[in-house]
Amino acid sequence: MLKITEGSHAVAEAVKFCRPEVIAAYPITPQTHIVEALAEMVANCELDSEYICVESEFSALSACLGASAAGSRVYSATSSQGLALMFEVCFNVAGMRLPVVMSIANRSLGAPLSIWNDQQDSISLRDSGWMQVYAEDNQEATDLHFIAYKVAEDHDILLPAFVCFDGFILSHTYEPVDVPAQEEVDAYLPSFKPYQRLDAADPISMGMYATPDYYMEFRYEISRAMERAKEALKRAGREFDEEFGRDYSAPVEGYRLEDADTAIVALGSICGTVKDAIDEMRGSGRKVGLLKIRSFRPFPDKEILKALDDVSTVAVLDKNVSLGSGAGGALGLEVKDALYGSGIEVKDYITGLGGRDVRKRDIANITDLAESGKGDMYYGLREEVL
Amino acid sequence: MVLNIGCAARPGKAGDNKTGSWRVFKPVFNQELCKKCGLCALLCPEGCVTVNDEEEYIPDYDYCKGCGLCAEECPADGAIDMVQEEK
Repeated sequence: MLKITEGSHAVAEAVKFCRPEVIAAYPITPQTHIVEALAEMVANCELDSEYICVESEFSALSACLGASAAGSRVYSATSSQGLALMFEVCFNVAGMRLPVVMSIANRSLGAPLSIWNDQQDSISLRDSGWMQVYAEDNQEATDLHFIAYKVAEDHDILLPAFVCFDGFILSHTYEPVDVPAQEEVDAYLPSFKPYQRLDAADPISMGMYATPDYYMEFRYEISRAMERAKEALKRAGREFDEEFGRDYSAPVEGYRLEDADTAIVALGSICGTVKDAIDEMRGSGRKVGLLKIRSFRPFPDKEILKALDDVSTVAVLDKNVSLGSGAGGALGLEVKDALYGSGIEVKDYITGLGGRDVRKRDIANITDLAESGKGDMYYGLREEVL
Repeated sequence: MVLNIGCAARPGKAGDNKTGSWRVFKPVFNQELCKKCGLCALLCPEGCVTVNDEEEYIPDYDYCKGCGLCAEECPADGAIDMVQEEK
C-alpha cells in the first residue's frame, strides 16, 4: 500500500520487516531518523530486537560484528564521520565474511564540517569488501534493504552490504512509498541461517591471524565472492520483482538510452534530476540518455560496456572526488576503466559536493561540455570565491 | 591449513602454526664444534632446539623463526652459523 512517508521512516519500516535480532547504532545527521524510529519500534514492542545503545560508531559496528558472529541478523545505519569512525571495523566485518547490512544516508566528510549530501563517505570505503548499492528514490532505498539482506546472507556470498541513499535529498524527503507487509517480506527473506557462529559448545575463532603464506588467498576469496555477488544481486532483484512487482534485477539501468549519442552516468538520487533534464533535452531534439548505476560494489563493468556500446560520448557525474587523481571521482575512474579501448569519449564531472544543488540546467550544461570535449573537471565552481 | 571462510579456526595449539616460514636466516648447527653447553636450547624463544639420541642439539626448522639468538649467544666459535635461506 502506498503511503506518504519520510525516506528515513520508510527505511526504518523496511528494516523492521527484515526482523533484525540486534540493532546497534549511534545517531548522526542525516541518518538519525532511521535509528530513532527503530528505537521507538523496539520500545513499543513492535519489533522484537536487541537494541544496543553505544557510545560511538566504532562500538556500533563492533557490536554488530559480534552479534553477527554469534549468529544474529544485525542492522546498523550511519553517515559521514560516523562511517569514517567505523573504517577499521568495516574491513573486519568483510574479512570475517559477516553479512551485516547497514544503511548509509550519504553525507560529505569534514573538514570543513558539512552535514550536507555527497557520496564521499561510502565511496571512500569502496575497497573494504562491502557491497554498495545506491538508491535513486525512497522506494528503491526501501526495497534495496530486502535485497541486500538476501544477497549478503547467501552462503555463496557472505559479504556485508551498504544500502546508500542520499542524505536529506532522500532521507528527509516525504514521498509515496509502497512498504510491503510483514508476510510478504517473510516469504521473500527467510530467517537468517548463519554459515558458522560463535558457540561455547562448539568453539571457533573468526578473523584469525594469517601469515604472508595465507593473507593474499583470503583477500582473493573476498574478490571471488564479490564477483559471484554480481549474479546473486541480479537473481535477488528478479525474485523481488516476482514477489513485489518492482524490478531491480539489473545492476545498471538505462533511461532513453536506445538511440542516444551522449550518455550521462550517475549514482543515486541525482538520477531523478537527470531523467527530467533528459526529457527536456529530448524535447529539443538532443539524443541524450542516462545510465544509472545501482550497484557500485560489485562494479558492473561488463554491463556498463554493453549498455554504452552505441554512444559516442559519456559524461560521468561524481558526488565524490578521489583527491590527487586529477579531477577524477571514483565512478568516473571506474567507468573509464570499464570502457577502456572502446573508443568512447568519457568525461568526468565532480559535482554536488557538500550539498551543492545540481539542477536540470546543470545537467544540460554538463551535456554541452561533454559534447564539446570539455570535462574531467569540477563543475559549478564559484570562481568569485576562489 | 585450509582456508576457512572468514579465517575461522577451531581451538588448537600454538604448535599447529608452523612459524618456520618467517625465517630469513637459518641457524646451521656444526656438531663437531659444539661443546654441548645447551645454551641454545635454553635461550631459544620458540623452544625448538632439542637434544637427540646422539646428544646432538638440533633446531626444528618447522618452527625456528631465524631470530639468531642461539648463534649470537653460542660460546663455541662457528658452532652455529646463520645462513641466508633462498625460498
